[in-house]
Amino acid sequence: MNPTHGAGRRPAILTKTLCRESGRFRYAKVGTVSTLERDPTEDMVRVLDEDGGVVGDVPDLDNDELVEMYRQMKLARHFDERAVSLNRQGRMGTYPPLSGQEGAQIGSAMAMADDDWMIPSYREHAAALVRGQGLTETLRYWMGDERGDSPDEGTNVFTVAVPIASQIPHATGMAWAEKLQSDGDHGAFLCYFGDGATSEGDFHEGLNFAGVFDTPNVFFCNNNQWAISVPRERQTASDTLAQKAQAYGFEGVQVDGMDPLAVYSVTREALQKARDPEEEQPRPTMIEAVQYRFGAHTTADDPSVYRTDEEEERWRAKDPIPRLESYLQSQGVLDDDRIEAIQASVEDEVADAIDEAEATADPDPQSMFDHVYAEQTPELREQAERFAQLREKHGDDAFQIE
Amino acid sequence: MSTQTPDTEATQSLTLVQAVRDGLATEMQRDEDVVVMGEDVGKNGGVFRATEGLYDEFGEERVIDTPLAESGIVGTAVGMAAMGMKPVAECQFSGFMYPGFDQIVSHMPRLRTRSRGRYTCPMVLRAPFGGGIRAPEHHSESKEAFYAHEAGLKVAIPSTPYDTKGMLTAAIRDPDPVVFLEPKLIYRAFRGDVPEEPYEVPLGEAAVRREGTDVSVFTYGAMTRPTLDAAEELADDGIDAEVVDLRSVSPLDRESIVESFQKTGRACVVHEAPKTGGLAGEITAILQEEALLYQEAPIQRVTGYDVPYPLYALEDYYMPNEARVAEGIRDAVEF
Repeated sequence: MNPTHGAGRRPAILTKTLCRESGRFRYAKVGTVSTLERDPTEDMVRVLDEDGGVVGDVPDLDNDELVEMYRQMKLARHFDERAVSLNRQGRMGTYPPLSGQEGAQIGSAMAMADDDWMIPSYREHAAALVRGQGLTETLRYWMGDERGDSPDEGTNVFTVAVPIASQIPHATGMAWAEKLQSDGDHGAFLCYFGDGATSEGDFHEGLNFAGVFDTPNVFFCNNNQWAISVPRERQTASDTLAQKAQAYGFEGVQVDGMDPLAVYSVTREALQKARDPEEEQPRPTMIEAVQYRFGAHTTADDPSVYRTDEEEERWRAKDPIPRLESYLQSQGVLDDDRIEAIQASVEDEVADAIDEAEATADPDPQSMFDHVYAEQTPELREQAERFAQLREKHGDDAFQIE
Repeated sequence: MSTQTPDTEATQSLTLVQAVRDGLATEMQRDEDVVVMGEDVGKNGGVFRATEGLYDEFGEERVIDTPLAESGIVGTAVGMAAMGMKPVAECQFSGFMYPGFDQIVSHMPRLRTRSRGRYTCPMVLRAPFGGGIRAPEHHSESKEAFYAHEAGLKVAIPSTPYDTKGMLTAAIRDPDPVVFLEPKLIYRAFRGDVPEEPYEVPLGEAAVRREGTDVSVFTYGAMTRPTLDAAEELADDGIDAEVVDLRSVSPLDRESIVESFQKTGRACVVHEAPKTGGLAGEITAILQEEALLYQEAPIQRVTGYDVPYPLYALEDYYMPNEARVAEGIRDAVEF
């Protein structure tokens, strides 16, 4: 469970074959084949070490893309800090922080093509941002406004799913539908979930259906070590989460989730395989991105109850942002002036989003009767009319929960 | 209480379960986005033969044998529906819907409202339900109230072969998710004329099965037959009961319910589901709200008892029958 394990050497590249006699997969080193074909119990895929030094194959991203990756991560971090602060000030409801997980979210989301789809859980604000979901919408959602969970067409972002793992079968079904309805030219469907989700039945059922029907999916597990207060070791006796994919007949790969370049590489390859597999290659992949949430599960949680400062410090040393920053500085892509300018610009962007979110009027109370059915039932119409009369008579102040 | 009449008058004489199959087939012929999925629905044609022959006609990509996993079936159907397909998912018995319950209540009905209409879930979830077939434990329950309680779902329960095809067609074409509960006791109990062409029997509309002036009896599904039998029996004693088949338990046809009660002033509600929290309570409340001044007697509820559904040695005593329904009607009339 230590992502620095194996530092200083390139990950072993393995290929697997199914042994007919034993029914087990066997792995053989073949040199420079796909990272996805590695045994997930081997060392995880890495590109950057903790100091931003190169320890793996750097993906093919140009300087602008690398800077954009860095900028998005800085934006996500600042957004997250401000969102937690808004909650503390009573300006926003319960919010699930993502700090520490920017590398996994942004690395994976940047690997997606326009036609690909993202099926989130509830912590993927940074990935959604990359897909074009506005920060204002994300804030509105956590301010209790459903309009913040109505992604624009073209972003190919699905709705937030709060019940753990319940979005995984949706992702499988969406990919399945796309496969059935298209003539072979289709996007891939990337589903995010956490380490705790791998204990749920829907994880098993979603991945099992994906294996059986060979759907174009990437199952992206943000293993941040803690499901609220329960550690990863309490979720499963498996050495890794990634190896669970083998039970469903497809590949699982463990990647350093705090290394955005490694996440990008692995995800891009998995998405490509989902869209256009080689002969007899299963489309789905499970990626276990090993990482840590620096903050609480949500703003309603206090992690000091269940984990130690030492542990947090150990993981903070792997912070994805300084790692990428060091790498980009070493490559001459970023200098101090640029870093400062990016920081100033993300602060402005977040401030503007907060202003806009707070300036947005709450939804019309009558709108809760909309979108229950395509056509409102007579019963609902009556309830809505009665509600309107009561508001008219008593005023909206009378309806505030005390 | 209108129904859309089909284009041609060619009919066939079908049982209720054959009408399910026919409804699926005609919609699959009409719309290639319609797929059928579930356990044993493919080559086997369904354990009740509700999907017989569909696999041969439409192929394995449209009549899909799935792994044995209800949450997976419902959950992937939600995803398919969100992408514009029209999945008709089957749970083999309603007693096995519970592993998929989270998907049924947390996602099927909420996708539209959660996304403010950006995503919808136009799927149908079919399941045989109800008792009386000498089945093992968990194969006989009637839990329609669970689903009727969930805003965003529609719940349809046909009682005739004609309605079965028409309501299933309407359910498949509905832009919202429909739980379609099929009374398996009467899957093969009788035949009825069913048009060969597709047609819709609108959801949310009741049907008066027997007109009467003395008392309104509201029921649905397999209970419609003993209720009609009881009404005929009481006619000999001069009690003229009106029997209203609700057909949909969500949305309820409040207008028809109230209209009948305003005529008779007395009511009895019959269902095989347990009494407490059942639809009979809801119907009673509607009558209290809408037609109190017409009421001449306490409203009677003839239902399953508030006990876990017994194994079949005792199910004859659990299920409402003609005698119990007749007693309930008499109590409403003779108060």
